[in-house]
Amino acid sequence: MFTDLINKGRLKSPWIMHFDCGSCNGCDIEVLACLTPMYDIERFGIVNVGNPKHADVLLVTGTVNHRNKHVLKNLYDQMPDPKAVIAIGACGLSGGIFREAYNVVGGVDKVIPVDVYVPGCPARPEAIIDGVVKALEAVKVKLGLTA
Amino acid sequence: MVGKLVLALLAVALTPLVGGLLAGVDRRLTAWLQSRYGPPVLQPFYDVLKLLGKTKMVVNPWQALSASVYLAAAVTSVFIFFMQGDLLLIFFVLTIGAVFLVVGALSAPSPYSQIGGQRELWQMLAYEPLLILVFVSMAMVTGSFRITAILEHPTPLLYDLPLMFIVLGYVLTIKLRKSPFDISASQHAHQEIVRGVLTEYSGPHLALLEIAHWFEVVLVLGICSLFFATSALGVVVLLAATYFLEILIDNVMARMTWRWMLRSVLTVGLVLSLVNILWLYVA
Repeated sequence: MFTDLINKGRLKSPWIMHFDCGSCNGCDIEVLACLTPMYDIERFGIVNVGNPKHADVLLVTGTVNHRNKHVLKNLYDQMPDPKAVIAIGACGLSGGIFREAYNVVGGVDKVIPVDVYVPGCPARPEAIIDGVVKALEAVKVKLGLTA
Repeated sequence: MVGKLVLALLAVALTPLVGGLLAGVDRRLTAWLQSRYGPPVLQPFYDVLKLLGKTKMVVNPWQALSASVYLAAAVTSVFIFFMQGDLLLIFFVLTIGAVFLVVGALSAPSPYSQIGGQRELWQMLAYEPLLILVFVSMAMVTGSFRITAILEHPTPLLYDLPLMFIVLGYVLTIKLRKSPFDISASQHAHQEIVRGVLTEYSGPHLALLEIAHWFEVVLVLGICSLFFATSALGVVVLLAATYFLEILIDNVMARMTWRWMLRSVLTVGLVLSLVNILWLYVA
């Protein structure tokens, strides 16, 4: 019964941490827009934390390059399990328009495992909220909760 | 005696529920003041349950010990309160808990938790003299530090100690980590010093700290209720008004620096205490 309660908590309280790997900052601002009273993602128990040790969901925006991939990996490793990763925007998915630059690694999934991809340039706040909901579905599958 | 013991044990068992609900109502009211919908009232329980289910990660064993001692101290002080024990004992137990919270934060080399730990020490320096003055003034009116004596007092303490209630309001604001005194670990500004003293705690240990926080909030509200212990309705009205005022202040005030906190709390608080205590002597 206690495990059921904990699982319920996991689905109802995804604390997000948001890391911008660089580039134009557009997706970054759309993520922050989700936190404003207009979209108010706190309705769903989502809280923006600035600390990987408190976070459940890692939102990654921007282009991963050879310098910041170590930071990204470090942040991911500091998050306690169970955790999920959402790659946001064209740059997060594949490197976007920067993908052929010599310093660019490519998508976020080249460095850490990604659960949900949210496309867009920039991704809309609605799409990001949908992405978090999808990530919760992925967590459900991981926990074996889907019938 | 047995009746008191059962009551105290029951209170300790129910306190996390009450504290969690209070935190939920707090978040809803805050959202209402900010024209948002806000999370479900049960959200703090979901958060804590989730944290309990996460993998344990500690920087060093001190952290696990500190979180447990902080919780144990908070639970013990609530237990002593409902056993109607000694206010000074509650004060000392509460201080041990607060010190261990700082020890846990300072045990990690992270600059965020170091700064948070030091700010928490400044906060303790601000509220502890005020809290002890509140207890001393209660003892001056009732003649004893024991809660039994305070409950037997015929008139509400608020009539004799109106200024001390304001002083206790300062303590409550600091203890609740509300603006303008949320300098060491705030509920809302997660990004500023990340979360101060709580930065290096994660998963189950963070959950323990959260539960301990609920215990402390209930305890300080319990001390507030002593000011109108003669009528149950009075207690309810007084606590509801006080808590709503705290949330309102939290939403209309900006965060201040620790220097400002120390200056304002120690001057305003000490002057209010002094005036009230002198008044007791004269009256």
